[in-house]
Amino acid sequence: MNRSRSIRNKHFFVLICLSGIMLSVARRQMPNAEAPKLHLSEYGFFSGKLSNLAPAQRVYPYDVNAPLFSDYAVKARFFYLPERTKISLSDSLAWDFPEGSILIKNFFYPLDAGKPESGRRILETRLLLREEKGWKALEYLWNEDQDDATLEVAGAGFPVSWVGPDGKKKEIQYIAPNLNQCKGCHSYDGRFVPLGTSTRQLNRSVNGKNQLADWAEQGLLSSDHEFDPATLPQMVDYRLEHTTSAMLNEQARAYLDANCAHCHNPHGPAASSGMFLNIGELQPGRLGVNKPPVAAGRGSGRRKYGIVPGKPQESILVYRMESDDPGVRMPELGRQLPHKEGIDLIRSWIREMK
Amino acid sequence: MKPRIPQPLIAFLLFLYASLLTAQPDLEKQLQTRLILAEDGDVIELPAAKIELSNTLSIDAKKRITLRGAGQDKTLLSFKKQKQGAEGLKVTNSEDIVLENFTIEDAKGDLIKTQSVNKIVFRDITARWNGKPKKSNGSYAIYPVQCQNVRIERCTAIGASDAGLYVGQSDSVWITRCYAKNNVAGIEIENTTHAWVYGNFAAYNTGGILVFDLPDLPKKRGGHVKVWKNKVVQNNYRNFAPKGNIVGKVPPGTGIMVLATNHVEIHDNFIMDNRTASTAIVSYFITENKINDKEYNPYPSGIYVHNNVYSEGKRMPTWKNKLGFLFWLKFGRKVPHILYDGIQDPGHLPADGKMAPAARICIRDNENGSFANLKADKKFKGISRDLQPYQCDHEPIPFDPE
Repeated sequence: MNRSRSIRNKHFFVLICLSGIMLSVARRQMPNAEAPKLHLSEYGFFSGKLSNLAPAQRVYPYDVNAPLFSDYAVKARFFYLPERTKISLSDSLAWDFPEGSILIKNFFYPLDAGKPESGRRILETRLLLREEKGWKALEYLWNEDQDDATLEVAGAGFPVSWVGPDGKKKEIQYIAPNLNQCKGCHSYDGRFVPLGTSTRQLNRSVNGKNQLADWAEQGLLSSDHEFDPATLPQMVDYRLEHTTSAMLNEQARAYLDANCAHCHNPHGPAASSGMFLNIGELQPGRLGVNKPPVAAGRGSGRRKYGIVPGKPQESILVYRMESDDPGVRMPELGRQLPHKEGIDLIRSWIREMK
Repeated sequence: MKPRIPQPLIAFLLFLYASLLTAQPDLEKQLQTRLILAEDGDVIELPAAKIELSNTLSIDAKKRITLRGAGQDKTLLSFKKQKQGAEGLKVTNSEDIVLENFTIEDAKGDLIKTQSVNKIVFRDITARWNGKPKKSNGSYAIYPVQCQNVRIERCTAIGASDAGLYVGQSDSVWITRCYAKNNVAGIEIENTTHAWVYGNFAAYNTGGILVFDLPDLPKKRGGHVKVWKNKVVQNNYRNFAPKGNIVGKVPPGTGIMVLATNHVEIHDNFIMDNRTASTAIVSYFITENKINDKEYNPYPSGIYVHNNVYSEGKRMPTWKNKLGFLFWLKFGRKVPHILYDGIQDPGHLPADGKMAPAARICIRDNENGSFANLKADKKFKGISRDLQPYQCDHEPIPFDPE
């Protein structure tokens, strides 16, 4: 569907009015900070054809151990590191990167997941910019021709379809978040923070080589650190087949950490719930074990406790993962489809829990 | 070059546009953009129109913002067709925010949630779910949580499947001249310190006004709550909360209930025709939930109920609730107005078996206020109707109008 045409069809004078407001708003914003670039291409993150996402100088791809589920969208992640700067590692939270750094996350669907040669459609690129005062998010929506992406402040919704690995056509109303919604997850004590770029997420082998070791060799990491990755924290990849119940536990905790703990931690937006799913949480009650809901409302689904050991079908956690109702489903943002593989993992984990 | 459009024409077109608004995504986007780009100190006016929204409207990290409608009967934010977001309007990490003069309805989750906001005013807002109250309605109509200095004035909340006006884990809260009806809980104060609830009208809910302290929360203790000069009338509505929620246990016919909170003063209220428990003072044990939280204190203490007026009207407890049914077995068609579960905090019981003065439950000078100690810890055996042990008083909880 061509969105620009449908917009053109609407009342012309409405557009004039809107642009009038936009201009006045934009003018007021200017003195505040460096104006965000209108197009993704202006940053020069990628060399050659933009949609090939081939990193330019000082732009480095990265991958994480436990990804956030986003309606089966695939993500291509990069960071841009300014010349003559280095990253300081931190053990528990996401890295704070030197000023001027930018995290670049591209969201796309393969046209046909069964046939990689069929190509892909890139939908959006989300940037996290490390400015002097802290982090800022910007979002760019790709055009139909896939030759550039344009700044979008207030988010957007549009239909997307693709063929899944099972050969079946999938279709959703894709929702690109507005900037406030970015912070709905990227928040720590009310400050904007990155999420996926923690040591335990990035301590991972990519193409046979550990990312951290690779970056250390290239001189991207500040040198007062020990770079034997084996001594650094590492999250397990929850997509692997588990072999022991200890591994199952680790995978479930990794999954919950990546998919829930950005809000459900003592410093996150869901701190008020008293349910903490961050990987460091050790108290069963705070994980939700036999914990009654606080403000779940109909999100409780007539179930009594967050987690009932041995009984996934009685656990609110599972109910909310399975729901597609905006007033019930968890996470609240960024997911419309149930994540079958994730649900299976959490179900097995609760089933084995004593 | 494009022709220049004279500014008066733009203004006129804007006016025309605003007056023609029905429900288009452009406006929703426009409004959200405005909220994101708002500068500290801005007043954002909502047009006199019905605005249909598909996603949460949000304000984050702003100072001194006013979001103002053209009136509760003129500006209508409808979330009937909401596709995403667990709230209608959401305000987070902000300071000095005023929301006023509009109606907001039919969100999939909560209608207005504010979190981590210091100084928030809700004024002249109607927050409602339309149609017959049902469990698929969202939880809270107006929901400040982890906020400081909260004022809710002249607001109306209707149809919440949990609580209409709900304040959680907050400090310094004023709720006044509000109307809560057809909610499970009309007004609920939870794990909140320094709350003043006065001059409100709570009617036709399952429970009128609830003051609760619950376990497993970051803010452990509420208390210092003063509830006075409210009209709490006919809160006999069936409990339509989804199961699993604590308010799902509130018996239809509850007027004012204090659960496990300390320092609560309830006085000069007019409490009429609440069939099951006009005023109840109970411990968390009454919920029969497990308690995992070691820091949690499940007992009410320092409660002072005085000078309230009770009616001789309906007092036939509900059968649709375990407790209500028990009351019916014990008291028949004349359930006492003031019920105390009688479960005492062993920590407050010195050797002589009498409660420490500061922790006592004091009940006196209530008009028509019949009483029972339910002896819930003795399996409701030996229920006592004697008010003599409760003829004491506490220092009145001071009212801080600022």
